Amino acid sequence: MPVSKKIVPLSECQPGDCFLLRELKVEGVMRRRLLDLGFVAGAEILVLQKSPLGDPVAFRVSHTTIALREEESSLIFGEIIRRGPA
Amino acid sequence: MSAIKVALAGNPNTGKSTLFNTLTGLKQHTGNWPGKTVIRAEGSFEHKGEEYVLVDLPGTYSLFSNSADEEVARDYIVFEQPDATIVVLDATSLERNLNLAFQVLEMTDRVIVCINLIDEADKKGIVIDEKKLAAKLGVPVVKMSARNKIGIDLLLNTLDHLVKEKINPSPYRMTYSEEIERKISQIEAQITGLFGAELPSRWIALRLLDGDDALVAKLKEYIDKKKDGVTANELPISANS
Repeated sequence: MPVSKKIVPLSECQPGDCFLLRELKVEGVMRRRLLDLGFVAGAEILVLQKSPLGDPVAFRVSHTTIALREEESSLIFGEIIRRGPA
Repeated sequence: MSAIKVALAGNPNTGKSTLFNTLTGLKQHTGNWPGKTVIRAEGSFEHKGEEYVLVDLPGTYSLFSNSADEEVARDYIVFEQPDATIVVLDATSLERNLNLAFQVLEMTDRVIVCINLIDEADKKGIVIDEKKLAAKLGVPVVKMSARNKIGIDLLLNTLDHLVKEKINPSPYRMTYSEEIERKISQIEAQITGLFGAELPSRWIALRLLDGDDALVAKLKEYIDKKKDGVTANELPISANS
């Protein structure tokens, strides 16, 4: 059940949220790297947890945990398809 | 006849090195790739009277030379042209692993896809239809569990068939947008003129379109080396040694 169709950056998600990736605006080598790791359009990303200082944040993407800095996650856009337990 | 060169490629933690150890046993030595702090492991084994040399390439998620590991793996497949490349995939996360497999399929025809950790996949209830996958990918697909020594014989026999050309894979090639395809065919003709069938022309065309400067340097080096090779052959034998 979609919560909203609003396109937001991944960095605005809270732990527990499930995010559907729509567009990757990261450029260059990092873009390639993220694509290789499974951050592709259509991928479902689960927000796992924040580090003590809030950045980086751990995500689950295609069965693997990957931590991203806000620098990258703020350039990954999509919609929140499920809110985590608040 | 000289030994058959086989490369092992795959993502990190797919059991590539387990397979390498199983096949080569103690007949292996390690060192570094020239000029890089990347471990190069090479081993040998025999099967059906043929001598094989197996090279364990660094585990990578991709082959776009973002790191020394990826560059080493890519250069080996493209320039050293092994007689076969075995791509080891983790059965429990095929989606991510196939990314690398598709990249290898763009570089060479002589590929065997090896789905490892099949026991782990069974435990998770993952069922893999290797025949369907083989038909889609256009290359042989072997399911195995290197650590339980399941599927090793099938892999070796498939390898035997591949190098003896009893099977001729025709790997799946991604079709890109019309514009890219048009550019590829323009460039590809010139690349084939330069290298003939020696190097994978379609793959090189794609890399050039992507603006891969490091590859341009590599290709120049390759041409120079070849020129030197030709001159050396024209010299008397004594000057060659």
